Formats: sequence, structure tokens, C-alpha cells
Amino acid sequence: MTENRVGSDRATAELTAPPGDQARRRELRNFIILAAVLLVVFPLTMGTFRLNLVGKYLTYAFVSVGLVVCWGHGGILSLGQGVFFGLGGYCMAMFLKLEASDPVSTKIQSTPGIPDFMDWNQLTALPRLWIPFKSLFFTMVAVPAIPALLALVIGTAMFKRRVGGVYFAIITQAIAAILSILIIGQQGYTGGVNGITDLKTLHGWDIQSDKAKLILYFVNAALLLAAVFASRRMLASKLGRLLLALRDKEERVRFSGYDVANLKTFSFVYAAVLAALGGAMFTLQVGFMSPSFVGIVPSIEMVISAAVGGRDSLLGAVYGTLVVNFGKTFFSERFPQLWLFLIGALFIAVVMVFPNGLAGMRLGEVKERLRKLKQRFDHSDVVGGAAAAESSAAALSPAAIRTGRTS
Amino acid sequence: MDLNMNADSKFILAAEGLTVSFDGFKAVDDLSLYIEKNEVRAVIGPNGAGKTTVLDLISGRTRASEGEVNFKGQDLIGMREHEIVRLGVGRKFQTPSVYESLTVEENLVMSYPKGRTVFGAWLFRKNGEVRDKVAATAEVIHLQDKLHDSAETLSHGEKQWLEIGMLLIQDCELMMLDEPVAGMSVSERERTAELINRISEGRALLVVEHDMEFVKRIAHRVTVLHQGKWLAEGKMEAVQQDPKVIEVYLGH
Repeated sequence: MTENRVGSDRATAELTAPPGDQARRRELRNFIILAAVLLVVFPLTMGTFRLNLVGKYLTYAFVSVGLVVCWGHGGILSLGQGVFFGLGGYCMAMFLKLEASDPVSTKIQSTPGIPDFMDWNQLTALPRLWIPFKSLFFTMVAVPAIPALLALVIGTAMFKRRVGGVYFAIITQAIAAILSILIIGQQGYTGGVNGITDLKTLHGWDIQSDKAKLILYFVNAALLLAAVFASRRMLASKLGRLLLALRDKEERVRFSGYDVANLKTFSFVYAAVLAALGGAMFTLQVGFMSPSFVGIVPSIEMVISAAVGGRDSLLGAVYGTLVVNFGKTFFSERFPQLWLFLIGALFIAVVMVFPNGLAGMRLGEVKERLRKLKQRFDHSDVVGGAAAAESSAAALSPAAIRTGRTS
Repeated sequence: MDLNMNADSKFILAAEGLTVSFDGFKAVDDLSLYIEKNEVRAVIGPNGAGKTTVLDLISGRTRASEGEVNFKGQDLIGMREHEIVRLGVGRKFQTPSVYESLTVEENLVMSYPKGRTVFGAWLFRKNGEVRDKVAATAEVIHLQDKLHDSAETLSHGEKQWLEIGMLLIQDCELMMLDEPVAGMSVSERERTAELINRISEGRALLVVEHDMEFVKRIAHRVTVLHQGKWLAEGKMEAVQQDPKVIEVYLGH
């Protein structure tokens, strides 16, 4: 009894943190492994090109981490995260483009000193919208602030009216479509379908060089790890518990005196800010931003990445994003037409077989499944081939092939 | 009943002329209800009498078409649910509504009335005061030995108690319970009646219930509803003798 008390007191003290020392240690260990993979293993084993590619994938991981908070925990599925990724990326791109468009290097234009695509579209002066982006400080504030503001407006408008679930998802998807159409349509202001390209320097620092790319990779990875860490802390607080509670028992949360709309809006804004950081880092590392990262398809791919990783696991989200994007690069190079079908199939497979994604595939669980399969085969060896044929999964194993042959 | 509603009135809740219609069907029709401080009031009536709707109207879940609801001198009409809760009106749902994925203790902490804003919850730390309050509440609802059990492992009755505990820790002055003993065993009903008698000190309770034996044990007064209308009110014994009440329960 006394022992029990001691144990329970400790658990009591850890209530606002994840329960139990052991679980905490495991989480810390997993976090360190991820940090080691991102900061040591990848840089040591990959060339600049590959590493830059990983860096690009990691910018999508910001979006997935945000989705873990807002969808996995808060239960709010947003199919429009590309909007925030894009806004963050465009804010960054506008600053870089203005820096690349100094009067000297654009002197062959009919209006020197404005971005080249504006000149092609017969603009003769810098649009007022662009002027503040001459300042790096303003840009750095705008990257998180503009998407946060938009998310705040959308969230407040929707959640105060109790719009949720599928309806919210559809509305966010519509917003993604609207924004990408708007960007494509306003070619003179946005660079249109090509996006904003030819970004060269950040405050005089050449971002195209191999060394700069390496530095940006590390900045990006460190920022991502910081985002994961901060999100972990947030989710472990009472606020994080409330988000989970909200997902399962919204009415109870409301009748415990919480403004549910505010909580939901918060998680949506949080996810938007993370997506925007990812977008800005994308622009810096890849050197351009275009509407193809804003619309419906990229937004859905981001959700799939989060689902593959495990929608309630922050670390899983990072791994899931890497796996999906490596897969995308690999398959879209070889079978470009098949890629969309493959990712669709992957999504269905994850949801049906491992609803908790990669993070949910505990080693023990996998072993347990294998053991059960093996039991079946052993059983079917005795009874004959018929039992093995019953199970479609069984057909995949060598044992089944053997029985198949004998029967 | 004439009433002069102000903060030091003897009534904690006064609802007057409450009416709500759904597509022309009046679920509650011109109902008035006055609840005294420290009173345990039961609302009974046949199925479809509008009992749960009355709780919905008071707690702001449903907007009244007409009428007023006054709690401690404040008009509740037009307020949002969480604002009404923060004033001190707690509500338990018909089916036990607890956070199944959390432990009993966490369920209680979530209901503790501090850190209710987004940033307040982010910065919320569980100090000694919270811990004491959680322990004391768990004691009252007989779950002191199950603090660290996950709520989904609790029996049906224990979940109902936990939800009552969540209202207790919320410090509500008016506690509204929707069928608190539905689905409970006889001994669980006994304990729930004891629990309600114990917690009724210092607060008012409004209980919707079908079980007449249970109502007899807890209620100071009983209000009978029929088809959304007020039918009778008074002590349980008196109400049970009322021919109108007998008619709606046994008639047709």
C-alpha cells in the first residue's frame, strides 16, 4: 500500500507531463535519435544535392507536425495547409526577389528595379503590397504573422458558428483552390503559374552556394527539431490535454466552462504558423516559390504524410513526411503516371492496416502479428493447404508458398 | 408565485415563461420554474415531456423562443454555454460523458476552474491546491482508490459519479443532472442518492429522473411536466396523489 502511494504520488506530479518516467525517457530517447539522424547521419552520408533534397522534405515536415497538433490532437482536419505553407513561402520569396531585382542587375528592363515578371507584365512601379517586403525584419514578422492572421479569421468565422468536421475540411480545401487560382491569375503581382524564381541572395549572402545550402539545411533541421520540442511541451500541458478531450468529447469540454471555438482556433493557428515556417524555409533552400505548393494536391499530400507517420505522433510526422517524399521522388521519376495512384493506395493501406501510422507500429505489435501469422501456417501445415488459402496475407509468406506448392 | 428577482433573492434560479418550439412543435411551453438556494428539485414527467429540453434551455444549449432565465440576478438568455458554466451552472449529460482516454485524476483536473483560456491552460500547473481539491473530490465520489485508472475502465455507475465529481470540482452553485441513475444497479442507486444528499449542501440541484423511488429519496420538491407544460409541483407525496399526475402517468 505504501509503495503504491509513493508510485502514485510521482504519477500525480507528472500529470501535466506525459505519464510515467519510463514513457518520458522513451520519448526523449526517440527525440535524440531523430536529432542524430537529421543533424549527423544525413549530413555525413549524403552529398549536397541529396541533402538539399532532404532539406526540402523537412520543410514539409513542419506542416505535418502542425497537422499532428491540429488534426491528430484537436481533431480538426485541414485540407488547406498548402495555403499557409505558400503564404510563408511567398513572404520569403518576395523579400528575396526584391533583393535580386536591384536597379543594376535589372537595367535591361523597361522599368529597372522591379522584379522581372512585373516588367514582363507591363507594370511600371512596384505594387504597394510589395513595398514592406523590402525590409528583412518586416518579412521575418510577416512569415508567421500573415498566415496566423488568416488562420485566425478562418478559424474564428468557422468555429464560432460550430462549423466543423467534413464541412471545415471542404472549406479549407476551397480556400486552397481559391488562393492558388488567385496567385496564377494575378501574374503581374505574383509571378503567376511560374511563381517567384531566380532568388539569389539573403541580405547579400549567396544562398545558392554549396556552403550556404549546407548551413540552411542545418538551420532548417534545428528549427524543425525546436518545433517538435515546443509542440511536445504544448501537447503535454493542460492545453494539449484539452485538445485531445475536445476531439473525443467536445460537449463535455464546453460544459466544463471552456470556449471550444477558441481552443480550436488556437490549434488551427498553431498549425498554420508551423506550415508558414516550413514554407519560408522551402523558399530559402529551393530558391523559388510557386502556386504548385499552395493548391489542393499538395495540401492533401501533406495530410497523407502526417497520416503515414501517425497522426498523433510528432516524431512520426517527421518520418512519415520523409518516407512519403522519398517515395514520391523515387516513383515519380520511374512511373510518373502511377505516382498519384500509389500515394492513394498508400493512404488507404495505412488507414486500414495501421491507423496509427508508422508511429503506431510498435515492435511488439509487429512481432505479435508475425507470430499469429506463423501460428496459422503451422496450423495449416497440419490441416492442409485449405486454411492457408483462406488468409490472403498468408499467401505472401514463404511458408504459404511452400504449402501452395505441395497442395 | 410572485417573485422579485435580485441577487439576494431566496431563489438561485428563476425561469419564467420559457417556451421553445421546433418547427412549430412546442417542446417546452410557457414553463416557469423557481429554484431555491440549497434546494434539490426533481423534474419528472412521461417521455417527451420536455425535461431534458428544460436543462438545454437553462444551460444555453438550446435558445429559448420566449421567456427569461435568471440565475443569481443575471439574465442567462443569449449567453454562450461556457459563459453560463463559468457563472456557476454545471450540467451532467444523460449518458455518462467523461474523457475516456484520460485517468480519473486528469478528468477532474480538466474540470478544475482555473486555466480556462487558451493561454491560461498552456501555462496551467498543477499545484498543491489543485491536488488537494482533486483528492477531496475523489473521496466524495468514492473514486479515491481509482485516481490513476483510465476512465474507460470504470463501471457505468462510476463514470456517472466521476461526471458528478467533475461538476463538483467546477464549483457550481446550480448543478443540473440528467438521469443520474439511469442504468445503475440497486446498490449504485443507493450510493448515488447518498452522494446527492451529501453534495446538496451549499448548492442547488436540478435533477431530471425517471426513477420515482430515487426521486423520493433525494428531492425536496418535484415539478411534473407533461407535453412541455407545467402540470404540478410540490412534495413528492402530494404530487403522487394529484389526480392530474396520475392521469398522465396511468391514463390514455
